[in-house]
Amino acid sequence: MSRSTTPSHDAESTVTLSIDGTDVSVPEGTTLLDACGGKGCGIPTLCYGDTITPKNACRVCMVEVEGSRVLVPSCSRQAEQGMVVRTRSQRVDHARKMVLEFLGSSVDLSLTDHITEWNAEYGADPGRYGADAQTVAQPVKIDNDLYVRDYAKCILCYQCVDACGEQWQNSFVIDIAGRGFAAHVSTENDVPLPDSACVYCGNCIQVCPTGALMFKTEHDMREAGSWQPDHQTTTDTICAFCGVGCNLTLHVQDNTIVKVSSPPDSPITHGNLCIKGRFGFQHAQNRPDET
Amino acid sequence: MDLKTRGEPPSADELAAVDAVLGAAPDRDLHDVTGGHSLRNRRHLLLPALHAVNDRVGWISQRAIDYIAERLDASPAEIYGVASFYALFSLTERPAHQVHVCVDLACRANGGPAEGDLPAGAHASPCLGACERAPAAFVIDAGATPSQAVAGHVTAVQVRQWSDGDGPDPEAAPAAAVPQAGDRSLVLLARVGRGDPLDLDGYIADGGFRALAKARELGPVGVIAAVDASGLTGRGGAAFPTGRKWEAVRSQPATPHYLVCNADESEPGTFKDRVLIENDPYALIEAMTIAALATDCAYGYIYLRGEYPRAFATLLHALTTSRDRGLLGGETGFDIAVVKGAGAYICGEETAIFNSIEGYRGEPRNKPPFPFEVGLFGQPTVVNNVETLINIPSIVLDGRPANRRLFCLSGAVKVPGVYETELGLTLGELIELAGGLRDGSELQAVLLGGAAGGFAGPADLDLVLDQDSTRAAGLTLGSGVVMVHDQSVDLIDQLTRIAAFFRDESCGQCVPCRVGTVRQEEAIERLAAGASTGDLDLLRDIGQAMKDASICGLGQTAHNAIETAIVRLGVFS
Repeated sequence: MSRSTTPSHDAESTVTLSIDGTDVSVPEGTTLLDACGGKGCGIPTLCYGDTITPKNACRVCMVEVEGSRVLVPSCSRQAEQGMVVRTRSQRVDHARKMVLEFLGSSVDLSLTDHITEWNAEYGADPGRYGADAQTVAQPVKIDNDLYVRDYAKCILCYQCVDACGEQWQNSFVIDIAGRGFAAHVSTENDVPLPDSACVYCGNCIQVCPTGALMFKTEHDMREAGSWQPDHQTTTDTICAFCGVGCNLTLHVQDNTIVKVSSPPDSPITHGNLCIKGRFGFQHAQNRPDET
Repeated sequence: MDLKTRGEPPSADELAAVDAVLGAAPDRDLHDVTGGHSLRNRRHLLLPALHAVNDRVGWISQRAIDYIAERLDASPAEIYGVASFYALFSLTERPAHQVHVCVDLACRANGGPAEGDLPAGAHASPCLGACERAPAAFVIDAGATPSQAVAGHVTAVQVRQWSDGDGPDPEAAPAAAVPQAGDRSLVLLARVGRGDPLDLDGYIADGGFRALAKARELGPVGVIAAVDASGLTGRGGAAFPTGRKWEAVRSQPATPHYLVCNADESEPGTFKDRVLIENDPYALIEAMTIAALATDCAYGYIYLRGEYPRAFATLLHALTTSRDRGLLGGETGFDIAVVKGAGAYICGEETAIFNSIEGYRGEPRNKPPFPFEVGLFGQPTVVNNVETLINIPSIVLDGRPANRRLFCLSGAVKVPGVYETELGLTLGELIELAGGLRDGSELQAVLLGGAAGGFAGPADLDLVLDQDSTRAAGLTLGSGVVMVHDQSVDLIDQLTRIAAFFRDESCGQCVPCRVGTVRQEEAIERLAAGASTGDLDLLRDIGQAMKDASICGLGQTAHNAIETAIVRLGVFS
């Protein structure tokens, strides 16, 4: 409760804080992560997404703030006047290393970006918990033709829940169920997606940072060994289905569309699409010679 | 949002249970009329509705979830997420008769069963808050008139009988948990045993509501000044100065303000709040009314853990009679509701309690913003523990210093129970107050502050039990737990249980706690089996990360007791 509750009224409404010994001035309300340069500035992030208010659940972006008993999540904590922040310290590095180990030893992170480099940087060794360490390993859920849910890869970042619910789609098809290590993303009573209120917008796939949610096309090609990111190109275009004009990014391998995303920075979509834009691409490649 | 349910109507029992909480379903589709706002505004009735179904039918079916979803315009997935958060709710069919047997620290130390020793049909329960009568059990019968009973001094034979369908005898009188009852020097427990806790006239004749009258004379600023001057700090464990908390809420311009009494007492070994409520419910109501006056709250909630059926009935009676007498509600401008928890330790965390009351999963919120600014329903909120509040009337009335505390004595003492002492007593003196060790017992260890607290050893008998001295010794008073272990107690078994407790009770929101508590338990189990000492280093690493990087106090303290056992008592060395 030591926090000042009086808003600052200086001319630019900026706050000045010290980050690793350097004074930085940022607009009031800026998060520490953004004050440090945002995603990719060197502070690792996992549950932080481009288009979702972070849940600060993964705790890998922790930094040290002088006067705070515990570390603080840089993705959510706002900069305050006079704050003294250290983005690297023994405590910070230890917390990051342990979060990487905790997730690495319990979740399949094989499709998560930067994991190998961060494990090396922080000396994380997920193997040290032994072969008997509990994991969230489980079969892939395949209950529709459009996307699969591989919760063995789920780090519970809450982004799919928030994208499905109040932050974007307002469908509320999934929520966290259960508690503790058994907490998991689920429909009511784990009913298959076709029995749920899912509208197949695929906005959950767009925000998933670990590949737990995946186009069925990508999943099938990975299973068949034919998924080759190095042979893929992307083409930005406009969805032709209606008049909104959503930006699409077509991911193409061997002259075939294999999945569709939308640029997170698109002012029209913020990365979101509907079922038609996301999955309705087959007609574009029903070539006469293949019928 | 477009609701999608399965269209299967609820059973007659499910319908009756939900309608008893939400009222009969309107004959027109309110969603069409209002866009659902009037339905969604009642989301805080979700937890009571789930309780109603679980109490009536014994479990919560998909069609019951669907019906509640339609009534509250909430998604079935969200309701499933909430229902699956709580240990007392079942989402699969089960018999109406359920036996929960405590397998936690005090009961284990008193010969209670371990999780693996239970007969078929009995559930393992975390601490039931009946440690003065350990080992304890909680027997539930669902139905149109559901019954819930707590039993103490439970034998293995009884557990088998109850698992086969019988139920325990009625509990002993509430005052039986207070060995000092009748002692004229008591302040916080002064009324225990002196009158009938259910008698409002008796309470008034005994000086009740005089403090409220004085508070009205003093006004909010005067009351807060008195509380400040008393030095009262929170008795739930965190020891934050109460006067400062009240002033922070009082001065918030946003209205309304809310008052929450935290009675989700679930810290293993803690039972003082239950004893206070069962013995002196009107004092809590008076204290909350004073707190509301000081902090400008129009509404208060008492969040009571679900395993306290007698305290719940006592509170309901006290609230109803107070309202009938014009002491609450109506023109007084302040009313109180009781919200029953459903088996989740984490809901005692001051922001998880908000989510639970609001009808969401009981996951702690990130701080800042702090409750005094953004609390229950997003409004400025005071959260106080029961014992903290019970201190208020005598402070307001007499201007006394807040130098008295309650301790929950359990384990190998002759007379376990809730004890009130002036601060400054040593650990040894407190144990003597409880009759000393049982005959033949030798002191091995004392768990101070509960599973989130720490272990003291025989060398610590001269430790003064106040905040500063315990902190200096690397310990905590926490919620006042003093669990005394003699030589018969297997400390490694206690550590295994502490690790299992935190693994069970972690909400699962943040990685350090969700996975850390599992890795901690695995390491303890390896150490208990005599494996390599490399696990001691691993445990230290895990503990440090949980302490530094968890969102809330649960994860931040989940390693404390284990650390003190290793460092101070040399367990595993």
